[in-house]
Amino acid sequence: MATPLRIIVPVKRVIDYAVKPRLNSAKTAVETAGVKMSMNPFDELSIEESLRLRAKLGQSTVPDILAVSLGSAKSADTLRTAMAMGADRALLIEEDSEIEPLVVAKALGKVVEKENCNLVIVGKQSIDDDAGQTGQMLAGILGWPQAIQASKVEVLDGGWVQVVKEVDGGTETVKAKLPMVITTDLRLNEPRYASLTNIMKAKRKPIEKKKLSDFGLSAIKRLETLKLAEPKPRQGGGKVDSVDGLLSRLKELGAI
Amino acid sequence: MSYICTFSRAGIRSSPSLLAGRRTFASTSRLRNTLAILEHKDGELISRSLNVLTAASKLNKPVTAFLAGSASKGVASKVASLSGVSKVLVAANAAYDKNLPENYAPLLQENIKKEGITHVVTSHSAFGKNMVPRLAALLDVQPVSDVMGIEGEDVFVRPIYAGNIIATVKSTDPIKILTIRGTAFAPAAPNSSTAPIEEAVDPNTEASAEWVAENLAVNERPDLSSAERVVSGGRGLKDQASFDKIMTPLADALGAAIGASRAAVDAGYADNSLQVGQTGKVVAPQLYLAVGISGAIQHLAGMKDSKVIAAINKDADAPIFQVADVGLVGDLFTVTPELTEKLKSQK
Repeated sequence: MATPLRIIVPVKRVIDYAVKPRLNSAKTAVETAGVKMSMNPFDELSIEESLRLRAKLGQSTVPDILAVSLGSAKSADTLRTAMAMGADRALLIEEDSEIEPLVVAKALGKVVEKENCNLVIVGKQSIDDDAGQTGQMLAGILGWPQAIQASKVEVLDGGWVQVVKEVDGGTETVKAKLPMVITTDLRLNEPRYASLTNIMKAKRKPIEKKKLSDFGLSAIKRLETLKLAEPKPRQGGGKVDSVDGLLSRLKELGAI
Repeated sequence: MSYICTFSRAGIRSSPSLLAGRRTFASTSRLRNTLAILEHKDGELISRSLNVLTAASKLNKPVTAFLAGSASKGVASKVASLSGVSKVLVAANAAYDKNLPENYAPLLQENIKKEGITHVVTSHSAFGKNMVPRLAALLDVQPVSDVMGIEGEDVFVRPIYAGNIIATVKSTDPIKILTIRGTAFAPAAPNSSTAPIEEAVDPNTEASAEWVAENLAVNERPDLSSAERVVSGGRGLKDQASFDKIMTPLADALGAAIGASRAAVDAGYADNSLQVGQTGKVVAPQLYLAVGISGAIQHLAGMKDSKVIAAINKDADAPIFQVADVGLVGDLFTVTPELTEKLKSQK
């Protein structure tokens, strides 16, 4: 029998990918009031992948998919979305201040231990902070193998997992024995939309609530933000109406 | 200027740690070293590691270059004569040939401890993204990703929100660990002097993962991340055959690397490794020519620091024209081949 996979999927509530973020008037933070928020796109891939593993390996091999989010009370919405997609249950670690990846990784490490999970599938980066660190840090903290930027995940016999990773210039394949941490890349799958029925059902699924302090952690920041700025906007240089016009303009600009 | 800007500028100038660092530099320099982790392949230093050395030099401390893997000794002799390198540390052990973070990160951890390293710098490449956060967790440090500016020994500039916001952050960790954006730092040049080469301590940690295979695109063109010119194709190319038919001759005519938008990659017109954008490569060439790319914010994140941006698109309202220095509204299937022919005849 295949090794059972007890999966944790961390999800993050972020400004929707289609929204152009703006600084608040005091330039101290990115404006989130009245801005559309969504699940981080890479986290949707994580949920989808865990569901596909269940579809392929069976319910008995993938008995539990736990969605975890760290953030404000509103992150419950993101967890509902995860459960509407198919996650079995959810844990919200409520914290209003900004949490850096190191603290997120430490908290997830505690959840992994408590839940006795053996596979964490996490997005390769969140599209707000763009750090791309949490999965690797979690693997380091737990001493587990890691496979980042996964575009294909295969569960082999004997608890081995083989992962095709996106790297500069192509792909690389690694394999490791469970437990392990995998981070998802865009090519991994196409996330499903939650059906209305499943959205309704998700409302009845449980969300366990904890605080960072329940894990002996605090949202202490190692990186102090000194300044936030919007980059100088680039001014378009106008249009030309012919290939010759394009060529002569490129020559003027010294580009060819 | 807003209050916060004034405050933070003053904060940077009068930062006690910065001043202390300068004043006591001579006496403590032995304990205040920068480790530059360099990448190599097939016996050659990977070019982006030259940018890493320049970034490391900006921290104004002696730079120890670090190389691991069975071929690292040969590469070390070349690295030893590069500008800004004061020492080269080598772990010539085949166990590190595949850059597995499960054994490579503990190797770095040991050497950072032994050498009294205060700053670690490597590239924000697939290598750095994989290795650095794991290393940082082992050292209990919050690393700084994709650094595009170094303003002091603990003050770094990095893009967030797909480059729509630029954050200046101060690291309060005892060891600063950075992955740097290669295009933001010039490559290091050769030097007349030669730095000593020493053997690294090797904890010989067993890797808990195994390397199985790699499948790298064979590419005769300039490397996308460091090319002087990039031509990039999008969804407008319609299919893989026309992507190749239109983009390849254009790239040849310009001596350019080929890039692609996510839409083109997702649709299978181009290889994943060619994707330019927030989640793909970040490029900043002299010329970026976008063909059939609308200009979504995720794409702009990867190319808007290019010196000159040109765009060909049939939609006059495409957002790409808001950033393009020169735009040509037209059917790419007719104007791009015309452009290619005219570029060739000018040679």
